[in-house]
Amino acid sequence: MTRTLERPAAAHEVSGRGNHLAGTWQLVRLALRRDRVVLPIWVVVLGVMASAGAGAYETLYPTQAEREALTATMGANPSLTLLYGPAFDLGTAGGFAAWRYGAILSLFIALACIFTVTRHTRQEEDTGRQELLSSAVVGRYAALTAAVLVAAFGAVLTGGLMAASLIGVGLPATGSLAFGASMALAGLVFTGVAAITAQVAEYSRTANGIASAVLGVTFLIRAVGDAAVDASWLSWLSPIGWATQVRAFADERWWVLGLLAFAAVLLAAVGYRLLPMRDVGMSLIPAQPGPPHAAAGLRTPFALAWRMQRGVLLGWGIGFAVFGALFGSLAAGVGDLLGDSAQTQQIMARLGGSQSMVDAFLASMGGIMAMIASLYVVQATLRLRAEETAVRVEPLLATRVSRFRLAASHLVFPLLGSALLLAVAGFAVGLLHGLRVEDLGGQLPAVFGAAMAQLPAVWLVAGVAVALFGLLPKLSTAAWAVAALFLLISMFGPVANLSQTVLNLSPFQHIPKLPSAEFTATPLLWLTGLAVVLVGAGLAGFRRRDIG
Amino acid sequence: MENAISVSGLRKSFGSTVALDGLDLSVATGEVHGFLGPNGSGKSTTIRVLLGLLRADGGTVRLLDGDPWRDAASLHRRLAYVPGDVNLWPNLSGGEVIDLLGRLRGGLDQRRRNELIERFDLDPKKKGRTYSKGNRQKVAIVAALASNVELLLLDEPTSGLDPLMEATFQYAIQEEREQGRTVLLSSHILAEVEALCDRVSIIRNGRTVETGTLADLRHLTRTSISAELAGHPNGLSKLENVHDLRIEGNRVQFDVETHSLDEALRSLTSIGVRSLTSQPPTLEELFLRHYTEHAKAGSTS
Repeated sequence: MTRTLERPAAAHEVSGRGNHLAGTWQLVRLALRRDRVVLPIWVVVLGVMASAGAGAYETLYPTQAEREALTATMGANPSLTLLYGPAFDLGTAGGFAAWRYGAILSLFIALACIFTVTRHTRQEEDTGRQELLSSAVVGRYAALTAAVLVAAFGAVLTGGLMAASLIGVGLPATGSLAFGASMALAGLVFTGVAAITAQVAEYSRTANGIASAVLGVTFLIRAVGDAAVDASWLSWLSPIGWATQVRAFADERWWVLGLLAFAAVLLAAVGYRLLPMRDVGMSLIPAQPGPPHAAAGLRTPFALAWRMQRGVLLGWGIGFAVFGALFGSLAAGVGDLLGDSAQTQQIMARLGGSQSMVDAFLASMGGIMAMIASLYVVQATLRLRAEETAVRVEPLLATRVSRFRLAASHLVFPLLGSALLLAVAGFAVGLLHGLRVEDLGGQLPAVFGAAMAQLPAVWLVAGVAVALFGLLPKLSTAAWAVAALFLLISMFGPVANLSQTVLNLSPFQHIPKLPSAEFTATPLLWLTGLAVVLVGAGLAGFRRRDIG
Repeated sequence: MENAISVSGLRKSFGSTVALDGLDLSVATGEVHGFLGPNGSGKSTTIRVLLGLLRADGGTVRLLDGDPWRDAASLHRRLAYVPGDVNLWPNLSGGEVIDLLGRLRGGLDQRRRNELIERFDLDPKKKGRTYSKGNRQKVAIVAALASNVELLLLDEPTSGLDPLMEATFQYAIQEEREQGRTVLLSSHILAEVEALCDRVSIIRNGRTVETGTLADLRHLTRTSISAELAGHPNGLSKLENVHDLRIEGNRVQFDVETHSLDEALRSLTSIGVRSLTSQPPTLEELFLRHYTEHAKAGSTS
């Protein structure tokens, strides 16, 4: 039985050059539909953050004298430039907002772009959905192009909203546009980085991990370059450094935007070059065969959880050690330059709640480390949900492993892994700071203790994530939103002059500002108690609910 | 213990979707029980309730004399499960997965493990996604069959296997039966069901519509008859329970329900039979009848 198949008219197009991009527009629409909740959230939250800080500037520093003091002290301080980047002009609201928010917002926008690209490329291949799409009239480069377009769309929208909202609070349009453009382009650079890691890594987790590590390293290079006077050229090796070097609101250097745009295009082009060098679903680095037999130790759910979670914990641990050591070695510098100006003390006090500049800096470092650790906590907790949706939990629960034991084997990581991260950071900061001020015996335990005191707040975030997982599994990812909300409130709330009621929402706000402030156990016990209740409720929910 | 599995009146809904609507199922200890039904009829949901992964909304479920929800972990020592959708851990080799699952069940027969890996022609050194669908299923099958358990719950275990491996699987299940193990086998592969199953249950829309031995089920259906007669066939159309009657000259062809076979044959012999072939209903026909009735019921409701 033979018959001639009519060739559809569309087949003519497929043979042309356009075929590599066929279906891109459909995939863009699919991606936008899938991201219809997440994308607007990050665009709006990141978009309005800087203008909130700029708006509060007038209230916080009303007089010229205060602004001069701010410029003279904080702007020149290596420990603060380490974190925020160089201050070019703290005498205006715009200059202040660009300094205070620039580096950190570029970090977040870069993360958002990385996750967006990976989600629509490598993750689609992980789940096997890409095969289904690729079998349709979809060109080889369509998925990558769609992902890049959607991430770029989000970045440009965020930058545009930043500029518009800064203009909206009465700042000069030139500076606002420069700031928005530098942030959007920082996002685009890491869109390009993710376009590469999506080809190199075999799994979406690895792709996100490598891209985030690249981001961490570029942030670190910028931090060192900005803080160390004799190595300021280092900042010019980092795209995050370029974003701050645009100098929004301080005699803008527009050509630096070109540098960012060039890097973004170059990186994306590398991604496009790498794509045809591999098969769909496979990576550039071929998978290595494993052992034919399991090691004797691989016999418990915890051993399995360890195999799945150890790489992530190790990566975070290295990050915490490196940043801890860096900040520890520069903490003493805060006191050198800030002097005793009442205004600057007040500014630092807002961050760290202390009168001693160095201690305030250490306290705010402890808080920041804890907030970042809370992101690890969410990631590690939601791994359990990811295993469940990937139907890898069912075969385990069909053995004699109880639900409680299975959940507990994973929850070791958010609960104890976070303690480990804080310990590593606290130890690194305390060690380097102690060596620098030649008071290791005094500083190391104090700083270490201050870091560990943050743990109850981190556990509370874990509690929220576990409760969502157990009671409202379909809303598990909302744990990210909760952690981000706490982080944004505590990191930017005091500068944006938010009311105490709002500030109190974040658990990090309730931790005593050690090492200088008085230690009070009450809030720590409350937070721990609440975390225990939430974890307990989540576990009870998990034991009672349907799997899947 | 007579029944390894007894389910009666089982109900389960997901939101407004009714997945199981009063399902009954009994699997005797030591038998291989086929579990059949169209896609989405509730087979996997039933198996997941039996595993305690889903909580029943109503009805009674007994598994190995226990309550699968309450006693999940202790019952699971005695059973092994092959999911319909096998997803392996990306950074574990197939051999590691087999060992891990076996140990978590409470023990693995190493000799049988290695023998099965050999027979199923499985490379235990590959990792996660580098396995094809069929090979992922083989990993789960080897892990289940090498475990020392009383009950095997197999949810379409061979849907991705090639015919050679299908034969290997059937042989392995025969061995399990000889060992006295109980097997609940959900499958769409009718030859497999015919070769392996002592009894089958057919479900539709979350209810059991038929249960029994294949012989029983055949008895409920029609036999195809085609015959060449001595004269013109008449009177056949008046018979009850004769369907799809076709007459061409002295040749006649029809389907008759088994309990009316006698009557139909008497009618033929009264005319005189030159040649006769009769065909028992094939499994395909048997199932298609149940499945298409499902489609009809679905379209009218």
